[in-house]
Amino acid sequence: MISAVQVIPASTLRAAVTALSHGGRYRLTAMFANDERSINASFAVYAIFFSKEEAEFKTIKALIKQDEPLEFPSITPIMAAAAWYEREINDLFGLTPLGHPDLRPLVLHENWPQGNYPFRKDFDLGSMAGASTEYLVPPVQGEGVFEVPVGPIHAGIIEPGHFRFSQAGENIINIEAKLFFTHRGIEKAVEALSLDEALFQAERICGACSIANTLSYVQAVENLAAAEISPRAKYLRVLAAELERLYNHVGDIGNLCAGLGFAPGISHGARLKEQLMRLNERLTGNRFLRGWITLGGVTMDITRELTGDISQTLTCLRKELDGLLSLLRDNDAFLDRVNNTGILPQQAALDLGVVGVAARASGVDTDIRRDFPYAAYRSFSFQVPVYTEGDVAARLWMRADEAIQSLGIISQLLRGLPSGKLITQLRPVEPYKSDFSVTESPRGSNLHWIMTGENNTIYRYFVRSASYPNWPALTVAVPGNIIPDFPLINKSFELCYACLDR
Amino acid sequence: MLNLLRKMIKTGCVTEAYDGGSVPPRFRGELAWQETTCQHCRQCLAACPAGAIAFSGERLIVDHSACIFCGRCVAVCEQQALTHTGEYRLSELQNQLSGKIRSMFKRSLHIRHVDAGSCNACDWEMTALNNPIYDLQQYGIDFVASPRHADMLMITGVVTRNLTQALAMTYEATPSPKIVMAVGACAASGKVYGNSYAICGAADTVVPVDIYVPGCPPRPAALIYGLLLALDRLEERRN
Repeated sequence: MISAVQVIPASTLRAAVTALSHGGRYRLTAMFANDERSINASFAVYAIFFSKEEAEFKTIKALIKQDEPLEFPSITPIMAAAAWYEREINDLFGLTPLGHPDLRPLVLHENWPQGNYPFRKDFDLGSMAGASTEYLVPPVQGEGVFEVPVGPIHAGIIEPGHFRFSQAGENIINIEAKLFFTHRGIEKAVEALSLDEALFQAERICGACSIANTLSYVQAVENLAAAEISPRAKYLRVLAAELERLYNHVGDIGNLCAGLGFAPGISHGARLKEQLMRLNERLTGNRFLRGWITLGGVTMDITRELTGDISQTLTCLRKELDGLLSLLRDNDAFLDRVNNTGILPQQAALDLGVVGVAARASGVDTDIRRDFPYAAYRSFSFQVPVYTEGDVAARLWMRADEAIQSLGIISQLLRGLPSGKLITQLRPVEPYKSDFSVTESPRGSNLHWIMTGENNTIYRYFVRSASYPNWPALTVAVPGNIIPDFPLINKSFELCYACLDR
Repeated sequence: MLNLLRKMIKTGCVTEAYDGGSVPPRFRGELAWQETTCQHCRQCLAACPAGAIAFSGERLIVDHSACIFCGRCVAVCEQQALTHTGEYRLSELQNQLSGKIRSMFKRSLHIRHVDAGSCNACDWEMTALNNPIYDLQQYGIDFVASPRHADMLMITGVVTRNLTQALAMTYEATPSPKIVMAVGACAASGKVYGNSYAICGAADTVVPVDIYVPGCPPRPAALIYGLLLALDRLEERRN
């Protein structure tokens, strides 16, 4: 990926960000730090921005010299989207964003001894010392106001998170989300692993976004190695990505019905998703398409029989999906629950840097597949649906429309599958080079950034999944609704905890 | 309403026996090793990203609970001494479960799921058990909302530092006698992500585990096999 990097002293970060984002031309995509003391005697804070109009990414690299105070001016006061990134940098690197309005721990919970920074290169797990802290929830006070704590272990088969609702009767006044329970420290665990080995961890950051994460990872490595992969491999990667989008969207439509107890919708959605999972297993041997995408290409081809299998399965699916959607579109009891529920205003979506389905349902027209095409996406024609209502219904119909578009892409792809080898050998990458790649996961844009170390290893790996900027949006969309609608609103965003927590 | 009824009647009953369908040819199941063709080059050992392969003298040993079924060892083996078979029924039962406990839960088992740090793939496969095709309730098994109502905990994921307390408390809240299942390579081996400041290890580093179900993730049929194995109901179904 070609991206201009502007290197500045950290003290001028706010001015540089203001200049770049002036008039909203460039919006923050991701922000993270790196311990580069062994390279240039500094810590670095990277902020990556994207402009749809210019179709370009720009990176600001702010250096904090190791012998100066380990702090930088927070950009959260001028850009709300930076809030969680800066808290994470504070947790993991001990670099303080000065002027940040809320510096409570985010990634490391109260069990973590204070003053230990796991992403510094000299961190030693064995010699940690320090006291643990308490998790503070800002109180909401008033007559009749009470709190409802939920999680981290929930009632359904879902991932762990803790939610604290402040209620007045059934109405939600405020919701605090404590997340990062499944934080596994994957980015740190892969440091010093070879680029080959780390692939398997990247593939296992998240189950439902396996392909999106693997694709972002391998494309970042291929950018570093300046490798060009074969057209056939690129097409098969698009096939993988669209099959992943399809099973997620179809499954999510069914799951959304679970948010309001509409049993026939749940059953039909789950049945259709199962058909897609089985197709995935027939194609790749794994129901989550794992083991297909690899460095330099793909591991498996699709035979003529499998091509026929895909076409046949998807033709049946299209018919069944239309049937399921007609059950929902004509059902007043259903529409009554989803219309005008959990509205995310467009301005909030823009300010928080929301991506994917959630952004497009709130009138933000963004899709990396179209705005910054990768793999073979340039070769296909498809629409990017946009809704302006920003409610649960908009996010639901968005998924339905996108699933239909995915079917269209797959059918174009199968008709025009070019020939070519499956894997291109990559040459070793020089140490201390960095690059990144962005793909569009079923939940939105997904950025992986890599800096190489000696001998084709990883020096620093950073993952910003679509769920990262979208989680804070949930806390904007929920207040004002009643607590029984929370599961519904939550499911309409369908955010991964695993992708966020890493 | 009429449309709903029509759709349901038209769809009919789609429920299958868990082992009814065939396993696709590309499925990567149990690792089979052919001693006679193996040249002991140990490339598979170096290639395994999950530390699932070991050599005891000249014998290759696969720890299926750690295996992520990625196929890398098979790909690097020049002699083709390693292959993935279609066998997915790899659950392993520990001996501490008494026959009495198993007979108590034999006809009715209530499960609480605990995500202890999973990537959510195992969680989604557990969700699939509730779909009309696997229909777990046909076996008298169901998921419940609280550990206080549960006979079994199904644990997914490596146990993270941030979930250690929640897992321990959930175990405590489950009334005895109880069964614990470690679902997938993460919970069963704890090795998938290597060493990290944020990971405690496998499920059995925090709570006692009775049954291990390998897979990354285990397909739904493998989960049902594991459940029926734990309940000692497999013979009954085979006959």
